[in-house]
Amino acid sequence: MIEALYARSRRFLRRILTRPRIDLPLMAALLLLAIVGLVTLYSAGDGSLALVGGQAARFVLGGALLLLVSRIPPSVLRNWTPWLYAGSTALLVVVAILGEGRGSVRWLDLGVMRFQPSELLKLTMPMMVAWYLHPRQLPPGWKDIVIVGLLIAIPAGLIAEQPDLGTAVLVAAAGAFALFLSGMAWWRIGLLVGAVVGMVPVGWHFLHQYQRDRVLTMLNPESDPLGNGWHIIQSQIAVGSGGVFGKGWLHSTQSRLDFLPEHTTDFIFAVFSEEFGLIGVCALIALYAFIIGRCLWIAMESRDTYSRLLAGAIGMSFFVYVFVNGGMVAGMLPVVGVPMPMISYGGTSAVSLLTGFGVLMSIHANRKTHI
Amino acid sequence: MKIRRTIKDARGESDLFRRRALAGFVLILLGLSGLVGRYVVLQVSRHAEFVTRSTNNRVKPRAIPPARGLIYDRNGVLLADNVPAFRLEVVPEQVKDMPGLLARLGKVVPLGQDDIDAFNKQLRQSRRFDSVPLKMHLTEDEIDRFAVNRWRFPNVDVVPYLTRRYPFGGLFAHVVGYVGRIDADDLQRLDPDRYQGTSHVGRSGIERSYEDLLHGKPGYELLEVNADGRTQHVLETHPPTPGKNLYLSIDVRVQKAAEAAFDGRPGAAVVIDPRNGQVLAMVSVPTFDPNLFVNGISQADYGALTKDPDKPLYNRALRGVYPPGSTIKPFLALGGLELGLRRPSDTVLSTGQFCLPGQKRCYRDDTRGGDGTVDMVTAIEKSTNTYFYRLALDMGIDRLSQWMSRFSFGSKTGVDLIGESDGILPSRAWKAAHSKQPWYPGETVIAGIGQGYWAVTPLQLAHAVATLAGHGVPYLPRLVMATRAVGDTKQQQLPNPPGPSLIVKPSDWDVINQGMRAVITGGTGKGLNSGFPYAIAGKSGTAERYSRTTDAYNTNKNTAYLASRHRAWFMAYAPADNPQIAAAVVLEAGAWGGSDAGPIVRKIFDAWLKTHDGVIPGSPRLPTDASPALARPETTAVPAPDIEDLPAQASSGANP
Repeated sequence: MIEALYARSRRFLRRILTRPRIDLPLMAALLLLAIVGLVTLYSAGDGSLALVGGQAARFVLGGALLLLVSRIPPSVLRNWTPWLYAGSTALLVVVAILGEGRGSVRWLDLGVMRFQPSELLKLTMPMMVAWYLHPRQLPPGWKDIVIVGLLIAIPAGLIAEQPDLGTAVLVAAAGAFALFLSGMAWWRIGLLVGAVVGMVPVGWHFLHQYQRDRVLTMLNPESDPLGNGWHIIQSQIAVGSGGVFGKGWLHSTQSRLDFLPEHTTDFIFAVFSEEFGLIGVCALIALYAFIIGRCLWIAMESRDTYSRLLAGAIGMSFFVYVFVNGGMVAGMLPVVGVPMPMISYGGTSAVSLLTGFGVLMSIHANRKTHI
Repeated sequence: MKIRRTIKDARGESDLFRRRALAGFVLILLGLSGLVGRYVVLQVSRHAEFVTRSTNNRVKPRAIPPARGLIYDRNGVLLADNVPAFRLEVVPEQVKDMPGLLARLGKVVPLGQDDIDAFNKQLRQSRRFDSVPLKMHLTEDEIDRFAVNRWRFPNVDVVPYLTRRYPFGGLFAHVVGYVGRIDADDLQRLDPDRYQGTSHVGRSGIERSYEDLLHGKPGYELLEVNADGRTQHVLETHPPTPGKNLYLSIDVRVQKAAEAAFDGRPGAAVVIDPRNGQVLAMVSVPTFDPNLFVNGISQADYGALTKDPDKPLYNRALRGVYPPGSTIKPFLALGGLELGLRRPSDTVLSTGQFCLPGQKRCYRDDTRGGDGTVDMVTAIEKSTNTYFYRLALDMGIDRLSQWMSRFSFGSKTGVDLIGESDGILPSRAWKAAHSKQPWYPGETVIAGIGQGYWAVTPLQLAHAVATLAGHGVPYLPRLVMATRAVGDTKQQQLPNPPGPSLIVKPSDWDVINQGMRAVITGGTGKGLNSGFPYAIAGKSGTAERYSRTTDAYNTNKNTAYLASRHRAWFMAYAPADNPQIAAAVVLEAGAWGGSDAGPIVRKIFDAWLKTHDGVIPGSPRLPTDASPALARPETTAVPAPDIEDLPAQASSGANP
């Protein structure tokens, strides 16, 4: 019994390694991104090899999960979806209860490691929306839109309550993209977007004071010389002083002299922009655009509605990371905790991103033209 | 589901998706172009500006913590002070081997495990370029030893700071409270910008409930740094805004007298000015030295405090709950008048026992054979149980608890301290929430004399008697009377508007006042007024902690034995015709309310009168003769019923 299981898992592992079901262009782009990330981190972290090693370990773990998930057929993922969604949402509720009476709690302490349930939702959310929509008549009507809206709002609301506005935006966007891709009529989209914009003054009242402060600080950075205003000013100085060609690798003065806060995590893109200039920025954003485009390509090639919606939503939510983090570093958006994918150090974001790409690989392997 | 699937148009859906994916990709490209556009603006159009700012970027801000507001008593006596001290700080960003550094440093300046744990906790929470305090309150010797070895520790500094000192030690430990070092939980709760550079936060008492006012707002200085990031000069200083100074309504002299009057016996006293709700004294005995907590209390000291059977850390005035006994009788009598259930002249015949119709079990009066025919004033004076048994029954438990709740029994008084107890006001709702049994009429009977489920805090009773003394006008009890920002010459009074009066007919108040006055002139508080120039009105209460199982009247009172079972209460106000002070005192091991707790009230009143130089304007003085009789043991306030034997299991309660 145990031997049989052992033999099976050995065969499974060998298959993963010898005949990986991966999309080579996507994999190559991810690998390139990982290298750029490690190179930038080495400079941003003042040459700390421990930091680079830690990040490389995360990439290895994420890569292993990518290969593992790529072997799970989309049909199996589809059957698991409601359970995965319910389980990850339940964990959010647990965190909310444990966090009662404390300022900000996002973590579940498992003893060996701390773990953020909101990270799971980045994947289970688009899965759930795709699962809900796949057997229904598309484009969806109001009834389905409302139900999907609730599926999105409940976990996103719990995450925003933690409070973690950045992750809440990412999770909600992933679900919304699946809805968008399902063919929701443009006039309905227009109506919803209009309603959301109309709700902004109402939503302002529900924000935490520190979240309001961040928005106000973004509009007037000089008002807050000790906190976020300082971050925004210093980050813009870093980006702007980089110019077209950049100051060169390891020559970021802003980061080196500690003017730039969080320069290995949320603000690492400022270091990148300072060192590699506009050319580097354009190249990196082109790489991100290629990855997103490739994801959508895989989605178009896939066999069924569930896979299509899921693959497309994962690819498009990648855009939100880049846009929110890049906008924050350039002083265009308020400071929220959204990392630059594969470049920012730490957290579980690299692992969860790579796991998401594992799903894409699996969908790719089960595409229409596959023999 | 199956049917719906068959009519799904797979090819149409695929085409729809294709169009959507393309549209989405175009939108994404537009978004990314917008992002690149912003970078073009920063890196091309405004490049020159930012290059200049970058090369001139030699200036870093550093937070300057504000000085914490001071706390004074009502006359400006300092209760919480800031004194300069020195601490050891480490800048973590320049340290490669932290454990090694701590080990080497520990040989120069002894570091306790507590220090290292707190340091490591804070280290994880703070930014690398913020310095983290390692050891507070260095001694002269430690400063000298570090100064000699300073060259070995380039990232470690001795930094001056202000630390809190409580000059009165334990006297205000339960009122002012204390500050403690900021720990990991605090960091989650506090606004990091406002607490940059601050090491302490209010932990208990006023220090905690007024943290927001006391803390102030940090300032910052702009430092010029060299190419290695080291500080060269201070360019600009934006001074912090110190926290506001607080003025308590407490008078140190009254507070001292109150604490001294307990003579170390566990108990609590709360004194309130009925005209405005200001707390004049608040004492919980025994107490502790709050200075021990400021820079981290040692395990040994903390162990000694927590193991003490008298629980010095426990704030009895705010949190201690005790059965109120007969002290509730004047409030109940007032309810009888206000609800129209009694006229002052209505009488009840007290025969020594009171029986519910149809029940064998009876409830006793304190005086054997009863007090005879009593009206309301006499019933309050003699604390005649039968009068209040009957009044409680006529009122019914619902009206009783509704009326009593207006004095804040059973709920927080709303004092400006955190952690107040609710106490228990007997009611059907309370019992339903705590027991499966229904409400028994017998429970209404004993609720009428403050027994049964009743539990009140000294603060609640003081608030109630102050409300009564103030002709029924309730004020929230307030410890902080005024604030003053540094630089302001005038104090800013904190408003405390009164609530609506509980008394509709002013003549009702006169009756109760007369009854409570009679307690002092002829009842259980006899002698308390002796030598005091103004009329005192009051009421004693002696609450049993345990039931008596043998119910023979024990005339041979073994007070030492009783002391372990009884809670002695006394509440009073003065001058009776124009009340300006009201107090409630509980003595945990007191035998009799009148004789044990009463003198404490009197000592508080004496101290208060002395602060007014012996003259209370607007009140007539008593004729100089005051009866020389000494306080005699109270015989009427001992409540008799077995509170644990509810009517259901009652045996014969008839007295021989």
